[in-house]
Amino acid sequence: MKFSSQTKQKIAFMLLGIASTIVIVPVIVIFTILIQKGLPAINWQFLTAMPRMGMRAGGIFPAIMGTLYLVSGTIVVALPLGVLAAIYLVEYARRNFLTRMIEVAIVNLAGVPSVVYGLFGMGLFVIYLKMGVSIVAGALTLAIMILPVIITSAKEALQSVPRSFREASLALGVSKWQTIRYVVLPNALPGILTGTILGISRAAGETAPILFTVAAFYLPRLPKSIFDQCMALPYHLYVLSTQVPNVSPKIQYGTALVLVGMVFLLNLVAVIVRSHIRSRKQW
Amino acid sequence: MVDKIVVENLSIDYGGVRVLKDMSLSVKEHEILGVIGPANSGKTSFLRALNRLNDLDISSRLSGSIRLNGKDINREMDAEEVRKKVAMVFALPIPLPMSIFDNIAYGPRRHGVKKKKKLEEIVEQSLKAAFLWEEVKDRLSSSGMKLSGGQQQRLCIARTLAVEPEVILYDEPCSGLDPISTAKVEDAMRELKNRYTQILVTNNVKQAARVGDRVAFFLMGELVEIGEAGQLFTAPKDKRTEDYLTGRFG
Repeated sequence: MKFSSQTKQKIAFMLLGIASTIVIVPVIVIFTILIQKGLPAINWQFLTAMPRMGMRAGGIFPAIMGTLYLVSGTIVVALPLGVLAAIYLVEYARRNFLTRMIEVAIVNLAGVPSVVYGLFGMGLFVIYLKMGVSIVAGALTLAIMILPVIITSAKEALQSVPRSFREASLALGVSKWQTIRYVVLPNALPGILTGTILGISRAAGETAPILFTVAAFYLPRLPKSIFDQCMALPYHLYVLSTQVPNVSPKIQYGTALVLVGMVFLLNLVAVIVRSHIRSRKQW
Repeated sequence: MVDKIVVENLSIDYGGVRVLKDMSLSVKEHEILGVIGPANSGKTSFLRALNRLNDLDISSRLSGSIRLNGKDINREMDAEEVRKKVAMVFALPIPLPMSIFDNIAYGPRRHGVKKKKKLEEIVEQSLKAAFLWEEVKDRLSSSGMKLSGGQQQRLCIARTLAVEPEVILYDEPCSGLDPISTAKVEDAMRELKNRYTQILVTNNVKQAARVGDRVAFFLMGELVEIGEAGQLFTAPKDKRTEDYLTGRFG
């Protein structure tokens, strides 16, 4: 059987089109099911009340707040650390054995399974550094987990700022640090925010790293300090689905919907900030 | 006239390849020195050595000495001090991604000028000196990148003037410009003669003749000849200079 090149092209385009359309399907299915089954559970009380009757009734307020605390803590630690590391690697470090080791380490860090981060966090922060099962320990564990994402995207963002901008600034007798601070960083900000968005999504959604370091099974109150445990949405969802008998599916799906919605909202904020910065960008 | 810059036995290597060979020359205060020569003759490397932009390339090695006002720029001054006094205007205009005002105010701000009144004064004077003030005075807050090519290059010159350098280096500043913009940039150079020492690297021999007081001819990393523009163009001493000027090679 022989096809003309026109027909071959049509077939190729069709296959490519199908491949990319398939990507949308799971997203649509997941959202449809979540909204269909979860939306009826969502009301003001569900979002703002403590859980009751062994989590079979009441709300998920402490889990929402717990996740918010964890995500903020994670970003506060990981963003400055990651951006500073990226600045060092891109702007200052010479190409030598040490920097290659650092880069290999970053790649490997990105490939470590999240449950290993959980165990590592428990060993280092909870037990060895005596932080106990706490928000600090959980946020630090999550921060290490998302560091590779933030460093990699920040590096790419810094590298995408044209070399000529740096030279134009240096040629005026401006120091290297001032050049980075006033020319390079402002123009790398949108890219850095993209990495932050990815980091937030991961930190908010992971269960394994918080399992041993911060998450409380059932704690119907808000944490008293950052050294307290807290509930968190992904772990709460896991508990509701597998550990507690007779939970109505409505509550399970409602919790999942809130988790997805929250990640979506956090991302939205970052996307808005980013597009605001981009609109001021002049090249 | 006083020697502003004295270069002695300057050699530069890039990753083992010698691009400038044992060069010695001096630049007099308030003159425009034109530097001509074919591609790969070391013109740009020479220029980048004068304000230590070569430092940024870790594979570059330099020997010999460059003195500015009698001080060795590589041993007795730090790079920022050198670059503040010896400023560079690049081949392609590179406005920073900010407003016209901020582009000019960028250098002075980083060097510690904070008062708004003073900055406004610097911006106005610099733009006037670069013949750009009349064209942009009503839109100082719009982006420097929205200007035309010729305006951008004059903006870069103005930005350079704002840090009050003593020497201005031009690396083929008109290579991307149309003849009218080129004429304006050249006017600006002539106007700046009273206050600055200028070195103009150019591929355009006629441009060197139009604005240069003296002209140096580089060939394959060597200084072939340096002399008064009138003399060099009409009666070159070296056969190679004559060949280049008459278009027999390069």
